[in-house]
Amino acid sequence: MSLLLQILLAFGTLSLLAIGGANAVLPEMHRLVVEVHGWMDDATFSQLFALAQAAPGPNILAASVMGWHVAGPSGMAMATIGMLLPAATLAFAMQGLTHRLRGNAWLKPAQFGLVPLAVGLIAGSGVIMAQAAGTNLLSFVIIAASTVFVWRTKYSPLWVLAGGGALGLLLL
Amino acid sequence: MSAPSNRALFLAYLQIGLTGFGGVNAWARHMLVEKRGWLTEQEYAETLGIGQVLPGPNALNTAIGVGVRFGGAMGAMACALGLLAGPMLLLAGIAALYDAYGQLPLVRATLTGIAAAAAGMVLGTAIKMGVKLRPTLPLLAVGLAALALALLRAPLPFVVLGLAPFGLIAAWWAMQPRPGRR
Repeated sequence: MSLLLQILLAFGTLSLLAIGGANAVLPEMHRLVVEVHGWMDDATFSQLFALAQAAPGPNILAASVMGWHVAGPSGMAMATIGMLLPAATLAFAMQGLTHRLRGNAWLKPAQFGLVPLAVGLIAGSGVIMAQAAGTNLLSFVIIAASTVFVWRTKYSPLWVLAGGGALGLLLL
Repeated sequence: MSAPSNRALFLAYLQIGLTGFGGVNAWARHMLVEKRGWLTEQEYAETLGIGQVLPGPNALNTAIGVGVRFGGAMGAMACALGLLAGPMLLLAGIAALYDAYGQLPLVRATLTGIAAAAAGMVLGTAIKMGVKLRPTLPLLAVGLAALALALLRAPLPFVVLGLAPFGLIAAWWAMQPRPGRR
């Protein structure tokens, strides 16, 4: 199977599972990209994800950056189409339906019941990212400080990314 | 107020996509509700709520919802492409730079720091969401099961399909009015 097709399929299987956005599918993305296909190592994976976090736009576009890293511009196109098209098609198809569903007794539990699942998956992503990024003492200090900052304050997370980059540049 | 044209939708979402550092939804609300007045607060909240139940980035789902509302399929395309065009171009540039310079020691050190900060950011987000949720015991169990399965590297389709019914039942149960509560 050609590489581009593999990229399309790998990210395509993630698309409909991304409840709550990119963070929830991160463990699966890591499993596919690093462990199953061996397209990149741990460090590259966490750096590419961090770059996508720092840039504007939905975080799910981390898939696009990874696609580029594996196979250039056409890899980026395949990863993006795979990641976005199935979910976007579903969202489009559901629009007429959801207007009728409004106020339906099951919509609220559906919204509410998927949240803990998404939070659990996001927590899993955090741990896996920390395992990949925690290479020395300083990186663990940055991870801990950034966790507390994002948890306890309302400032934009971009400050954390900028601070982490500056510390890395100066001290690593 | 007359419905916005597809061109106006595209341009509005182009701006949302490019200014949407650290979460697009706050910017989308500001643009659609406050600046352009295309949607009321309530209408935006409903469209976003539906976007959050559906899989995929909720900013994109919401953009599709807004587009369909004003311009049907073409409107949805206009909003989706507008939202993605800016970030995609920028990310292509970033990816090319990473491939060219990513291995330089200073770049690598900076990126390692950013990656560590991003890991903390994801952890902090999970804690913040979990605390705000104040889950009942069954909902907490669903969350912890998802965390455990993610760490065991269980394939995600099984995790989502296996746990979603329990999440729905737990949520439905938590929402039943019961004498003696609250």
